[in-house]
Amino acid sequence: MQLSRPARIALRIAAGMGFAVIYVPLALVLVNSFNPDRSASWPPPGWTAHWWSVAWENAGARNALWVSVKAGLGATAIALVLGTLIAFAVARHRFFGRDALSFVVVLPIALPGIVTGIALNSAFGTVLEPLGVGLGLFTVIVGHATFCIVVVFNNVVARLRRTSGTYEEAAMDLGADSFRAFVDVTFPLVRSALFAGALLAFALSFDEIVVTTFTAGPGIETLPIWIFNNMTRPQQAPVVNVVAAVLVLLSVIPIYIAQRLSADTATESRI
Amino acid sequence: MTATLPAAGRSPVRRLAGLLHRRPRLRLSLLLTAPLLWLAVLYLGSLAILFISAFWTTNSFTSEVVKVWSTDNFHELFTTPVFRQVILRSVGVALAVTVLCAVIAFPVAFYTARVARPRWRPWLVVAILTPLWASYLVKVYAWRLILSEGGLADWMLKPLGLDGPGFGLPATVMTLTYLWLPYMILPIHTALEQLPAGLMDASADLGARPGRTFRSVVLPMVLPSVAAGSVFTFSLSLGDYITVQIVGGKTQLIGNLVYSNIELNLPMAAALGTVPVVVIVLYLLAMRRTGALSSL
Repeated sequence: MQLSRPARIALRIAAGMGFAVIYVPLALVLVNSFNPDRSASWPPPGWTAHWWSVAWENAGARNALWVSVKAGLGATAIALVLGTLIAFAVARHRFFGRDALSFVVVLPIALPGIVTGIALNSAFGTVLEPLGVGLGLFTVIVGHATFCIVVVFNNVVARLRRTSGTYEEAAMDLGADSFRAFVDVTFPLVRSALFAGALLAFALSFDEIVVTTFTAGPGIETLPIWIFNNMTRPQQAPVVNVVAAVLVLLSVIPIYIAQRLSADTATESRI
Repeated sequence: MTATLPAAGRSPVRRLAGLLHRRPRLRLSLLLTAPLLWLAVLYLGSLAILFISAFWTTNSFTSEVVKVWSTDNFHELFTTPVFRQVILRSVGVALAVTVLCAVIAFPVAFYTARVARPRWRPWLVVAILTPLWASYLVKVYAWRLILSEGGLADWMLKPLGLDGPGFGLPATVMTLTYLWLPYMILPIHTALEQLPAGLMDASADLGARPGRTFRSVVLPMVLPSVAAGSVFTFSLSLGDYITVQIVGGKTQLIGNLVYSNIELNLPMAAALGTVPVVVIVLYLLAMRRTGALSSL
């Protein structure tokens, strides 16, 4: 379709405005972390890095960051194992209920978080409490792992579908047993898919707030929960501003890794 | 590695490998035991109990759950005006967010897929994806900053003699639109990018003006992708209750009702929780007819 010159210019402007809408709020968070004032009125009355040092020493935020990292690592580890197992079963075997299984894997992320949250909350209450186990970091990890399985599964199953089982068969013809074939052939083939899945799972867990609300025990505060609890306290506003800015800056890391990964997968798929 | 092959053949590891290789059913059950325990027993079990408890009731004096089968909760759900109002409002918000996302996403995707120089396009895709990695809560917080009194929105509208919308229903719709916009841009971008240029040339050769080509050729081919994007925008908006709490002022959506009933009346909360699930499933079924789900 040959677009007229005015149409091209109009599209260019519309897209420019679209990208502005996407990025202005993120930029505002960064700028606002240097705001000396406790209110969010625009324009800020001046510039200061004071709150950055205050935030650095804030025990609550630090502790919450640490809890978030632990929850994310735990959930990612579980999701890696379970997601990979399901991916191998679905991609390399035929069995009754295979489609249903792929559906159930997606369910925890497709249903509203609050439904998953209260379902797990009441289940933990009825099953774990009589055993003397209360809600805590452990239950957060279980909740997060449940909805992280799908991203690992998706990545690994897509890779397994693209690489047929003939490589393993070739390895076995050459005398390798199943384990040897897995370690030397299959694992290297799915490694970058596992890594991409782990990255997504960690990001998903690190960012989650709803399921966390219902599975965290007293005193367990992940970073999103900490931000949510402190957001409406004027006293804490400057520290929340800095933490928010740090999170915006940190999101560059997964983007960079994802770019590197997709470059990797591109070279790999050429083999 | 001095062991000869026949010797290695008798090692326990090698025998186990052989056993697993000869018995695919055993291999499959080893693969599936742990995931099924987790997903089918823990997760689906919890969900099933939750939905069964929607048919229980709560003693209004002791707040204790009475485990007697009754449809009172659902009856209350459909007859109480507040509940009906909130359910309709939530569906309305989800639809409004979906329409707004589609309207904003289309020109952006058209630019990134067909107007921008091919050399730039991968970077533009990265630029669309980037906000998805930024924290959900931080993005909502950004809108709280923008919409707060004397904030950026007020400042920008002041020269026009207007005030910003403040916190409330419009703020909720705006923030949700912002949050889920990338989920709409990406599928539309992909569809537009894969559109063969020959089709549009053919349409022009047959005498169609750009407007006609757009309506009769481009739009029908991109619509399944819009539907695919709308699955995300609709269901994510319908289940949300955090955004409303942060920028919604006193606005209540279905998620807030679920949340406020959890402590005192869990069966009612469970009944309320079935509403978004049922609506989302209906929406998915409707979208499946457009072929959207196969392009997800």
